[in-house]
Amino acid sequence: MNANLTLIVVASTLIGTGVYLILERSLTRVLVGLVMMGNGVNLLFMIASGPAGTAPIVGAGSGRMADPLPQALVLTAIVITLGTVAFLLAMAHRSWQLNEHDDVQDDVEDAAIRRLADLDEASDSHDLSLSATEADAATDEVYEEEGSS
Amino acid sequence: MVQLLLAHLVLAGLGPAAVALFGRRAFLLMLTAPLATLIWALSLTDRIRSGETIQQTWSWVAGLDFEIAFRLGTLQWLMTLVVSGVGVLVLGYCAYYFADDDPALPMFTGVFTGFAGAMLGLVLADDLLLLYVFWELTTVFSYLLIGADPEKRASRLAAMQALIVTTFGGLAMLVGMLMLGHEAGTHRISAILADPPSGDWTTAAVLLLLVGAISKSALVPFHFWLPGAMAAPTPVSAYLHAASMVKAGVYLVALLAPAFADVPGWRATLLGLGVITMLLGGWRAIRQYDIKLLLAFGTVSQLGFLLVILGIGTRAATLAGLAVLLAHALFKACLFLVVGIVDHQTGTRDLRELSGVGARMPWVAGAAAIAGASMAGLPPLLGFVGKESVLAALLDVAHTADGDGTGLASYAGWAVVAGVAVGSVLTVAYTLRFLWGAFATKTTCEPTAVTPVPAGFAASPVVLAAASLGLGCAGGWLTGVLGPQADTFPAGHHHTELALWHGWSMPLLVSAGVLVAGALLFSRRATFAQLQAALSPSRSAEGGYRAVMRFVDRSAVEVTGLTQRGSVATYLAVILLVVLAVPGTALLLELPDRITVDLWDSPAQAVVGALVCVAAFFTARSRRRLRAVILVGVTGYGTAVLFLLHGAPDLALTQILVETTSLVVFVLVLRRLPEYFTDRPLSRRRYLRMALGLAVGLAVAGFMLVATADRSVDPLSVLFPGPAVEYGGGSNIVSVTLVDIRAWDTMGEISVLVAAGTGVASLIFLDTRLAGIRRVRDIPYPATVQKLPTSPGRRVWLPGSRTLTPDRRSIIFEVVTRFIFHTVMLLSVYLLLAGHNHVGGGFAAGMVAGLALMVRYLVGGRYELDEAAPVDAGVLMGFGLFVATGSALAPLAFGGIVLQSAELTLHLGPLGEPHLMTSLLFDIGVYLVVIGLLLDLLRTLGARLDRQILREERAGEQAVRL
Repeated sequence: MNANLTLIVVASTLIGTGVYLILERSLTRVLVGLVMMGNGVNLLFMIASGPAGTAPIVGAGSGRMADPLPQALVLTAIVITLGTVAFLLAMAHRSWQLNEHDDVQDDVEDAAIRRLADLDEASDSHDLSLSATEADAATDEVYEEEGSS
Repeated sequence: MVQLLLAHLVLAGLGPAAVALFGRRAFLLMLTAPLATLIWALSLTDRIRSGETIQQTWSWVAGLDFEIAFRLGTLQWLMTLVVSGVGVLVLGYCAYYFADDDPALPMFTGVFTGFAGAMLGLVLADDLLLLYVFWELTTVFSYLLIGADPEKRASRLAAMQALIVTTFGGLAMLVGMLMLGHEAGTHRISAILADPPSGDWTTAAVLLLLVGAISKSALVPFHFWLPGAMAAPTPVSAYLHAASMVKAGVYLVALLAPAFADVPGWRATLLGLGVITMLLGGWRAIRQYDIKLLLAFGTVSQLGFLLVILGIGTRAATLAGLAVLLAHALFKACLFLVVGIVDHQTGTRDLRELSGVGARMPWVAGAAAIAGASMAGLPPLLGFVGKESVLAALLDVAHTADGDGTGLASYAGWAVVAGVAVGSVLTVAYTLRFLWGAFATKTTCEPTAVTPVPAGFAASPVVLAAASLGLGCAGGWLTGVLGPQADTFPAGHHHTELALWHGWSMPLLVSAGVLVAGALLFSRRATFAQLQAALSPSRSAEGGYRAVMRFVDRSAVEVTGLTQRGSVATYLAVILLVVLAVPGTALLLELPDRITVDLWDSPAQAVVGALVCVAAFFTARSRRRLRAVILVGVTGYGTAVLFLLHGAPDLALTQILVETTSLVVFVLVLRRLPEYFTDRPLSRRRYLRMALGLAVGLAVAGFMLVATADRSVDPLSVLFPGPAVEYGGGSNIVSVTLVDIRAWDTMGEISVLVAAGTGVASLIFLDTRLAGIRRVRDIPYPATVQKLPTSPGRRVWLPGSRTLTPDRRSIIFEVVTRFIFHTVMLLSVYLLLAGHNHVGGGFAAGMVAGLALMVRYLVGGRYELDEAAPVDAGVLMGFGLFVATGSALAPLAFGGIVLQSAELTLHLGPLGEPHLMTSLLFDIGVYLVVIGLLLDLLRTLGARLDRQILREERAGEQAVRL
């Protein structure tokens, strides 16, 4: 099967530019990049489904019909993208409300773990899990007069 | 057998309810399960005595050769008696030990009964994997019982320690079981024992099984978990950590010994570790002040002793070992229960504070004395009978040429005899220390206050002590019953029998010596304690455990710190780099020599494509949010045109609708965000990002070229058109695919939409899901605004726009909206109904309706939105999901399958007889969900943000006025 070069160029441009954008810190740019990548990926389905054809409606036209299955898959993807956009925008808004910017922050917990690693220390949960019988071990060593029967 | 297991399970499930009804008397209901087991086992005595075995088998997972197989032979019968008999007595004891209002009681009752069932399953299982399942069940129940008081840190830690140690052993055992099952070609234990495999793999498998047995039975170096487990309530210690669960390892060794005792490493491991454990346990028991811990270390010592005897693998030793196994269960359970009574009635277990207790509870003290005597090996008790036979069997191994058939060298045999003898001396000494410590009257402390012991409370230890005494005199009978198991080994040097009197013999001499030495050791205890203090080692196995745990934790911290950098960009970059490195390399290696491509399907494609590429380029360069959003919209619309040119009108329609909606939603939010992205200086890392983007783009192009060129088979969907019309009842194949062929996919998708809508609402509303719909007619005019009278019959274009200030209104928009709204809504209904045969469908129709609402909102403000759709968005989405799910499930009522569609012909008289597909109902559900989502977005990102902005403006004005 021959590939459609135009669609391939368009799709890879969209995906490449999308990659450039999603590696940014600003959540809005990440979102823009995500939408763009989504469009590119949807086009990949068209490329893979073969050459253009008539609409996949029985009896609508003569000639070769375009493959309907990838279209159904992409239709789902398009609507999901809308949900993603809305949700990420709401997150960007909330982030702005709380922090006055919409930058994606580094995870605080991960930074804490890195600090522990740098200091060669064990985790907090380990400190809580030290032995239960230490107290017994301590009394073992002491000898006391036990009295007589 | 399986009925008994189920009885345990059912009662365990009823435990909490029974406690609610009967309080602590619930234990009396619980004990019926082990009682039934006990009666059943006793009724089989004669058949067991004649060497019979009883089997039950069901196939479970045939593909894995996994059977539910149970088998009751002599060994299993003995273990069943111990598990159920001690279980009955301990459960009865529990009814006195606990208080009715103990908050842990409901859980405890169920878990304890469940444990009894799991233990029973463990000893009856005849399949290695089934055995493993019950083995780990006992571990888990033990964990829950040790941690019965979750508020105490010590009990949580002890529970976790026991869980980690025994699970570690259990996992090693599982590997061993799988290896053994592979070597033998079956997981049936009886089949493996009948025809044991051999070779290096088998050796490794058996040694791994021993790791499991050793960790469960608390041998060195895993012994430390058992004293820690004493954090459990005393009945648990008596049952799990003395009589039953810790015997699981002993049971496993006894079970495997007939087939695998000659495997290299078996005897070295068990005899070596066993003797060391026996000595170490006894040594530490003598140093304890807590009488419960004293017994715990005593148990460690006795478990080592048991594994030595049952690990040797001679007829005499096995017979003796089984007797000691029984004796130990009887005396140790009794002693623990006695400790529980002492603790319960005096409030302390410290032998430095206990004085004069024996005189106040003579029955309990008497039972303890008998059990203690059995432990020390005094005639005429079962412990004595067992120990005598053990010494005889060990002496046989030591002084016969080939180690009584074991091949052990003489010096090794004598070393074991010496070790066991010294261990027995320590046993006698700590037994005396226990009895003296718990019951004697001492001069160094005041007499302890003792509350009277109810008769029922003391019953269980008294019965156990009586059994020790009674069975001690029934040596001949025991020989007969336990004989079949011992006879799986070749007859040894001499034919041992269990009896109180064997005549004047070497074992009797050793026994007498041990008793004298033990008594001497106890009387010189002050000197001995000083010696112990001087010899106290600085390192312990528990310290080793702690070091291992710390090492694991430290490694986890290092690995996490190294890999989990906490930056999304880093993660994404790593993922993309892997894409480039692995599939990318494969791509380069597999590049075909020649790829033929078509430039385009039509020149229009090239024009639109160029436009999209330019828009993408400028999007990336844009520093203003709005410009970036509009440019990405251009790429979206361009994609829609490409879809259309490709022959996908449904996609094009949906893409345009979604793109338009996204644009509006973006703008609604962007009005709250800064105009420019950031004023950070451009970092040099953007060149890295550019390079990565370029590489990924190129790789994608390469993948598509190669993949498309390689494709030679017709797509699956060439089969779609016929069935789509015939069964789906629609000629638009994409629509039929969505609501019929791949309807599950659509079902999942609308669920995601509901989740996304709810997520947005929760991020914006924060506290409630309800938007609080308010109609215009309910809003009073502000005091400063005077309503002008309108001429009668004249109506406003849009009701909600009067709530806007005049500078935000546009009369032209209002008029146009008034004209087109109903038309657009009609169009959306048409798209919904026609979608099955023409372009359209639930998604597109829902988006169109949503856009109509959006226009009303943009023109007339948030109150206009409430006028247009006076319904809560969440309710609408939920109803849509309900309709879709209902139509998916409806076919079940007519004997169909989920999401099956059918054609209905309606008889409407003069209106004709339209054909309706049931999948239309599903599509209506989709339609409602999509409208609900858009309404939700308008309510949250639109109306709610409006109010926030308004409030901030008012606050600002007030601040200026002040």
